[in-house]
Amino acid sequence: MEIPYTVEIRRDTGLNNGKIAIWLFLASEVMLFGALFASYILIRTGSTSWPRGDTILNVPLATFNTIVLISSSVTMVMAWASLMRGRFNTFRVYMASTVLLGGVFLVVKYFEYSHKFHDDLFPRTNNFLAIYFTLTGLHMLHVIGGMAVNAYFLGPGAKLYKTNPVWFTNRVEHSGLFWHFVDLVWIFLFPTLYLL
Amino acid sequence: MSEHAATTQHTAADGHAVDIDKHVRIYITVFVTLMALTIVTVAISRFHLPVPIAVSVALLVATIKGGLVACYFMHLISEKKLIYAVLALTVAFFIVLMFVPLLTVHDGYWMRG
Repeated sequence: MEIPYTVEIRRDTGLNNGKIAIWLFLASEVMLFGALFASYILIRTGSTSWPRGDTILNVPLATFNTIVLISSSVTMVMAWASLMRGRFNTFRVYMASTVLLGGVFLVVKYFEYSHKFHDDLFPRTNNFLAIYFTLTGLHMLHVIGGMAVNAYFLGPGAKLYKTNPVWFTNRVEHSGLFWHFVDLVWIFLFPTLYLL
Repeated sequence: MSEHAATTQHTAADGHAVDIDKHVRIYITVFVTLMALTIVTVAISRFHLPVPIAVSVALLVATIKGGLVACYFMHLISEKKLIYAVLALTVAFFIVLMFVPLLTVHDGYWMRG
């Protein structure tokens, strides 16, 4: 069965179905991370003492990761812009860069986590580390999910471009919206956990 | 395809390409701004300001950065009304969620033994 309104615009919403679906999904994601942020506020304001993030966590590494994730957002939007210009090969370069930068983010996070475990710092150690591992762990899962979707569009999913380039461009735009959201969450996580 | 139709289509495509070029220039500007604001965020944290001021400044800078990502990379600046409506509802619930911890202060939870 053919999926309706993947390319053409619905009269009632003024959007294709994919666009409204991804925004509804992102709205639910805002509430998911929002619940954890609210928990963070509750735990922090309720504790008698709270460590500054930079006394426990590695700020230079996190700053580097912030730069990596922002760069990946730019390559993602450039991948979409390349498709809009009809330049498929340029799209592939930008999309590959996005996936690669996502990989760099995860590798840096791996070193950060390893260092913490090596120093006997686990989620059970204290409330700060519990919320740190929960928030960054959930965010990392989102990075992995976004990378998987982007890798699909770079690999087997790219076949769609030959048969229906407009639909393919829409799909890339929607995966891009998710990827930018992942970047947006990190923009708030970075100062909240590492700098305050 | 008639010559007129072909010319019209060609002109539309040219206009579209110019539009995307303009978008690309904006993306680069936003990227540079985001990098600068990241440096600002880290630099401010070095001043070891009192916690309420540090939190306010850090969240203000993060909100500006997040706004740039949402408006330009996610194209929210030129989105349809329905998306704005969905997001307005989300923001309303998000704000409520952020203020839920305050209820525990109000009912004196933290004052108890």
